[in-house]
Amino acid sequence: MTTDMTVETMQQMLERLMLQRDIEEFLSMEAELLDERRYDEWLEYIADDIHYHMPIRRNVRFGEQYRENTSADSEISWIDEGKRVLIGRVRQINTGIHWCEEPLSRVRHVISNVQVYDPEGDEVKVRSRFIVYRNRMEDEVDLFAGKREDILRRDSVTGWKIAKRTIVLDQNVLLAKNITFFF
Amino acid sequence: MVHILPSLGDRSLRSLVDLEQGLISREIYVNEDIYKQELEQVYGRAWLFIGHESLVPNPGDFFKSRMGEESVILVRDHKGVLHVFLNTCRHRGMKVCRYDDGNTRLFTCPFHGWSYDTDGKLVGVPHFKTAFHEELDKSEFGLYEVGRICNFYGSIWATWDRDAPPFEDYLGAYADGVRRCFESMDGVDNGVELFRPVQRWRLPCNWKFPAFSFDGDRMHGVTTHRSINVAAIGPQGDRNEGDRHPMRARFPSTNYEMSIRELGHGGHNAIYDLPGVAPYVDTWQTEPPEVDEYYRQAREKKAKKYEGQFLHGGGALIFPNVNIQEQRILHWHPHGVGATESWRFYQVDRNAPKVVKDAQRRYMMRYCGPAGLTESDDMENWNYASEASTGAMARRLPYPFKAGLGHDYTDDRVPGMTLNFDIAEENQRSRLARWLAFMEAGSWNDLYPLNKGK
Repeated sequence: MTTDMTVETMQQMLERLMLQRDIEEFLSMEAELLDERRYDEWLEYIADDIHYHMPIRRNVRFGEQYRENTSADSEISWIDEGKRVLIGRVRQINTGIHWCEEPLSRVRHVISNVQVYDPEGDEVKVRSRFIVYRNRMEDEVDLFAGKREDILRRDSVTGWKIAKRTIVLDQNVLLAKNITFFF
Repeated sequence: MVHILPSLGDRSLRSLVDLEQGLISREIYVNEDIYKQELEQVYGRAWLFIGHESLVPNPGDFFKSRMGEESVILVRDHKGVLHVFLNTCRHRGMKVCRYDDGNTRLFTCPFHGWSYDTDGKLVGVPHFKTAFHEELDKSEFGLYEVGRICNFYGSIWATWDRDAPPFEDYLGAYADGVRRCFESMDGVDNGVELFRPVQRWRLPCNWKFPAFSFDGDRMHGVTTHRSINVAAIGPQGDRNEGDRHPMRARFPSTNYEMSIRELGHGGHNAIYDLPGVAPYVDTWQTEPPEVDEYYRQAREKKAKKYEGQFLHGGGALIFPNVNIQEQRILHWHPHGVGATESWRFYQVDRNAPKVVKDAQRRYMMRYCGPAGLTESDDMENWNYASEASTGAMARRLPYPFKAGLGHDYTDDRVPGMTLNFDIAEENQRSRLARWLAFMEAGSWNDLYPLNKGK
């Protein structure tokens, strides 16, 4: 009895480790696609019903932190869109005449502190932290730090698809002139 | 180094702005001394956009806004009266409001604890008896309030200068167009609210690049925004080759560059061939059918209101730095000679159902702002145009503002307006002329013709 339980626990732990590893590899692969500007391939990992949301963050009085990040339900955010607009962004970059990305920026995603929550059905909640570095033209530099809250969904073809992504950027006034790439 | 004197008729400044030839020195966009003078001469006097009453609906509500480089507080006091105060403690200057918005009974300074009522009165001074011996006259040290404030159909404006003319006179012939930008789709005055919060972000360019070119530079569209239509971000989606316009139905009309040369305001506005309001044509096919239904019904109501009237004109850049349009407000604040803090507000019908508000909101976010698919290319051009104009050699080369120079005219249908072909640089010349007038004026009395005879 005791031995069986230990085996069961070991198996659970192993599954958990495999899942963690699997998701970390997925996020690294995704970052590679973005950094190498393989946007059309990246779109294959985006679920058709994705909600891609980047709230604005307010300075609020202590005790009002519940309204620090803008709501996708009724407020203005930096980005709040679905796959149709993400496809539009990729199409626009791929014209070669989208001047704020022509020549293309150099973007690097560092993704870390990946927390994988217990799967629910075919979906799993994942939190990660990012440092995104953008360098463009000769000396233009932007640095973005923040947290991503994802829902990943199992997919028979691609392994995982991103079903929801909330990008919590650690800025109030946006210190970059524009956002022309993906987090 | 250009030496600048603020006196009337100062030749060194005037020589940089040759409006007869349409040649404008790059110095006025890159020179630190000129920039400092702008903060005094332009931003210290002009009526500036502050926000909207829907941002502060209840007593004690505040919204942190901005005039020029400086932080100000828009607040509704405990009696319901709106005020705009400079956000600085009268004791040692600390910001007394450090939240973007909220509700409060007092603004208490975190430095030495001076506290102010929502009407600006200094009400609390720690150690008032022991250290100040009750000798400090609190009435002299309330929050510093703007010279004049105006609630114009729900939009809030202010100027530091008590001698400024009434806001409606400041708008002149654009008063009606601006008023209509704050009416709901069904034609009810003050029928909108602003979505919250305001988008704020930094651009590496002088404030005049965006403020003086926007709504006065249709020439940039076909080149700057060549890539946008493939993205199909408009409410119709891929229909009509990705047209981005939020309302398809328009009467036959002709678009012009329109401006009030004496006041500096101007936009791309239409003169209509027919009176009233055009019947609605479905535009929001990518959204639930309720959205088109709402707009159709609103349009019918509006048509009744304006039956027989011509609605020429419309939104415009209101000098110096805010562009008021029907569904968005574009505001550019100076942030150092080579930097701008860009703000975006978006109006929506206050009484619209959620499905309409959501559609409108998402459309604005994908169109406008730093992540909007249209405006991102503008930032790139303003950024590097600004940078490439700072060099010692580059500064010697004036910018030509010659498109349409000498081809302006007037039209009795839009009295007070100077017109030019839809693609011209007339509006930019109007803004520069008004800018020069502000820079040279000793006071509002010199800012002809507003106070003429007053």
